[in-house]
Amino acid sequence: MPDGSFAHPQQRQFNPYTDNGGTILAIAGADFTVIAGDTRQSEGYSIQTRYAPKVFRLTDRAVLAVNGFAADGNMFVKKVKQRLEWYRHAHAKDMPLRAIARLIQTMLYAQRFFPYYVYNILGGIEEDGSGAVYSFDPVGSYEREACRAAGAAQSLVQPFLDNQIYFKNQKAAPGTSHPTHLPLSDVLSIVIDSFTSATERHIEVGDGLEIYVVVARGRSPQGIEGIRGVQELSAQPNGDRTFILRRELKKD
Amino acid sequence: MNSFLTRYSSTAPEADIRKAKELYGEDEDFSEVMWGSTGGFGNLASGVPMFKLPSVQDPASFLRMHTDDHADPSCRIKIKHGTTTLAFRFQGGVIVAVDSRATAGSYVASGTVKKVIEINPYLLGTMAGGAADCQYWETYLGIQCRLHELRNRERISVAAASKYLSNLVYSYKGMGLSMGTMICGWDKTGPAIFYVDSDGTRLKGDLFSVGSGSTFAYGVLDQGYRWDLTDEEAQELGRRSIYAAGHRDAFSGNTVNLYHVKQDGWKFIGNYDVSELHYNGPGDVPGAPGGGYGYDIRVAGRTSANPPEGEGQA
Repeated sequence: MPDGSFAHPQQRQFNPYTDNGGTILAIAGADFTVIAGDTRQSEGYSIQTRYAPKVFRLTDRAVLAVNGFAADGNMFVKKVKQRLEWYRHAHAKDMPLRAIARLIQTMLYAQRFFPYYVYNILGGIEEDGSGAVYSFDPVGSYEREACRAAGAAQSLVQPFLDNQIYFKNQKAAPGTSHPTHLPLSDVLSIVIDSFTSATERHIEVGDGLEIYVVVARGRSPQGIEGIRGVQELSAQPNGDRTFILRRELKKD
Repeated sequence: MNSFLTRYSSTAPEADIRKAKELYGEDEDFSEVMWGSTGGFGNLASGVPMFKLPSVQDPASFLRMHTDDHADPSCRIKIKHGTTTLAFRFQGGVIVAVDSRATAGSYVASGTVKKVIEINPYLLGTMAGGAADCQYWETYLGIQCRLHELRNRERISVAAASKYLSNLVYSYKGMGLSMGTMICGWDKTGPAIFYVDSDGTRLKGDLFSVGSGSTFAYGVLDQGYRWDLTDEEAQELGRRSIYAAGHRDAFSGNTVNLYHVKQDGWKFIGNYDVSELHYNGPGDVPGAPGGGYGYDIRVAGRTSANPPEGEGQA
């Protein structure tokens, strides 16, 4: 450790990053997208807070989940929201999802030599009304996918998703085929099971779960309004609709 | 000489100006164009964007400390690596074939990466090394190629496009960019391939393979390569070579993406699962012999694991 004395050589280094744990996940359906994250924030073995949101609503049809270093993540979300507001002032409309994805790439890459230590997953509704998930690495490489998990329990959750969403290593019964998109109720069950299981096996996951559901304009919300504790965030029910669903996770 | 380094070095006079700006609280993060009528868009065309740097003596070693997973596997920011890509020129144009695996350490971060970047309808770039570096700069190259078309009423040559990229990455030399790319296309001179990497190398050639699995791909490619390959034979050779790399290199695999560049631009041929190729082959496609690429079928019942009756039993 550097102690300020001149008796022996010392080395100092700039260490601005820490890992705040937690996990995020998003799954795209045919005409909806589910974006979820736990709410525990930890550093090392200590829990800093049991409620620190990692999932943020950007526009009526876009939701962003951030994971990694919480300070970088919050700053990044703040700046993305600022750029989206400026876009609204300049163009009098919300930025489309694929454009938000490209914006996030350029914003992350602008920090190529001093990266945000953040893994982003963007979910929402594309201009053609389809559900979409975009996943990013910390310096901005991105890809559109049907589902993605990131963060501490990524390696626990992603294989489960590969099996349940992409039907990897599963064989359809003779004369049948795997569905390309699952109904909302199935997706929600998979999301909740992913997090309860990750909570059991990963110490950095737990406390609370926030699930955002974005449903495309004019499409059925498939009975989500009837689920316990669901809250609608959208202003008018005739546009794209966003719902939030909160669940408790184990706190030990 | 190296404009980027001098601009940000902590000893040069420019550093004093930068420090002064920090002192007076001038926000470098947002330029004027970002909240103007363009809402911050379209400003990429006006030149290379500004990059934010940590206020340390040596930004490059700072970056290396936190991102280089070869030197320190426990470092925080894992940049995706591992690849096999290939491209070759032949009588019928250019074949470009790549795998689709991205690894962070030993974790398979993605099995569906698009490692062929469609710069424009006549130009393809391949991705090896840092995924973000290739994606970002090849998209940026696409912008510059379009501007070249508008200014000169003529499509940019593959040589010029690749040199633009090579000069650009060279100006960042030593800053930690990692790219090994092949710029492939068809211009006035016919089919062309240029290999460009982040060290500043730029090579013109007929046949290249880049990435951790390149040695395996070269093994198959060199054996089967001829100038007068038919289109079908050439596509099969590209597919078979990436399969070989996916089979033998742990950092490559998942699927093969195949492109063919002809006089009227590139065409996407198909996406093939490596395991499916191993057991069942590419299916009913022209040029394929039929059956799996794996040698299991050629040694049926005669492997050491499964010897014929009465042989090899202890």
